[in-house]
Amino acid sequence: MRTISSKLISKTVAELSVKANIELRGDVLSLLNEAKRLEKTRLPAAALLAIVKNANVALKEKLAICQDTGMPVVFVEMGNNVHVKENITDIINKAVKRGYSSNYLRASIQKDPVFRNEKPAYSPAIVHIDIVKGNKLKITVLPKGFGSENKSKVKMLNPTATLEEIENFIVESVKAAGAGACPPYFIGVGIGGTQDFAGLLAKKALLIPFTKLNKNKKLALMQKRLIKKINALDIGPFGLGGKNTALGLNIKTYPTHIAGMPVAVNISCHALRSASVTI
Amino acid sequence: MKKLVGTLTKENIRKLKPRQEVFFTGTIYTARDQAHKRLIDLMEKGKPLPFDVKDKIIYYCGPTPAPKGKVVGSCGPTTSSRMDKFTPRLLDIGLLAAIGKGERSPDVVKSIKKNRAVYFITYAGCGALLSDYVKKRKVVCFNDLGAEAVFAFEVKDFPLIVAIDSKGDNIYG
Repeated sequence: MRTISSKLISKTVAELSVKANIELRGDVLSLLNEAKRLEKTRLPAAALLAIVKNANVALKEKLAICQDTGMPVVFVEMGNNVHVKENITDIINKAVKRGYSSNYLRASIQKDPVFRNEKPAYSPAIVHIDIVKGNKLKITVLPKGFGSENKSKVKMLNPTATLEEIENFIVESVKAAGAGACPPYFIGVGIGGTQDFAGLLAKKALLIPFTKLNKNKKLALMQKRLIKKINALDIGPFGLGGKNTALGLNIKTYPTHIAGMPVAVNISCHALRSASVTI
Repeated sequence: MKKLVGTLTKENIRKLKPRQEVFFTGTIYTARDQAHKRLIDLMEKGKPLPFDVKDKIIYYCGPTPAPKGKVVGSCGPTTSSRMDKFTPRLLDIGLLAAIGKGERSPDVVKSIKKNRAVYFITYAGCGALLSDYVKKRKVVCFNDLGAEAVFAFEVKDFPLIVAIDSKGDNIYG
């Protein structure tokens, strides 16, 4: 058994909360730069230029890339030989609060979701813990902005649904998101599991680098086809039109029941932010 | 490209066309979900509003706190469609323009046309970049709402794109 101190976990989570919010992910930035290079129409090109400039300003001035510093979603892969003395969820929630509050990030969490009469707070985060083999701890912080989270969808398709039906649902979800969720988008798709689990798969699909090819050749082809269909929607950066509506789409799958096919679409704005570290 | 200085007027608004870029210098007022809800609640109770929206520009924005040496933190637009149910009421009492991101409902488009107002979008998801255009900031009201308070921003050359013009013509088709 390896004991990892609460202090180290806390320090790591606080640092990741800040890093994710001010430093755009490498894969995201490189795809944005490529889109900027290829876009020749005046307004969408100006939009992509502003997006890339914004990432540079954020990093230089240590400012949040977006004022919506999100609902922090924290993924933990915990080795089965790791021991943590205190409750890891409590450690994470306190660390997120510390990281956000001492680095000028926004308090966007409403503690009372129904009556909404509390001043917005920094936490709690959404924490997902998976037990894996080993003696390490991998922590990922994904600050999820709600402009795009609001546009995410889950649909329970029939097990006999055709590939076309699946793809139509995904494309229609992006069409419904329209211009309001900060396109160009990065899209996570989860297929399988249960209704809740498909949603989690879709969110986890956002963590896979979008520059990486899917090892499953059939899914890789499906991703390519979906990007093509989505980019034919002519939404474009800020909704100003053109071919850059989605710069990446990842599919993550899991076994499911013979009677169903849950499909979840998690939409991320162009400011897809996450940071991880293994300790 | 067109530069506009000072408050927009009913007159210069009429000349704006969809997709036109405008660099605005003057005052804009932030207000998002909860601030809109409060303004409409006050109107329904027949009470005076804490600030006069007539001839004003509302910016759908909830900024991050200002770090040392900055006027404001990251301050990009939030999704406009969430304000759709409130906007016609404000346009009817003289609101001149709104700034946000994304589409508006048919009712809002109709109201913009009726009131000869205008709807702009700005650089969405570019809050760090936009903070450089804000020169002064002060709290106007609803300070208890945190980032959702109403702030007056004095902006210089703030980048805007006309999304719905005073005739109701719309970049979203």
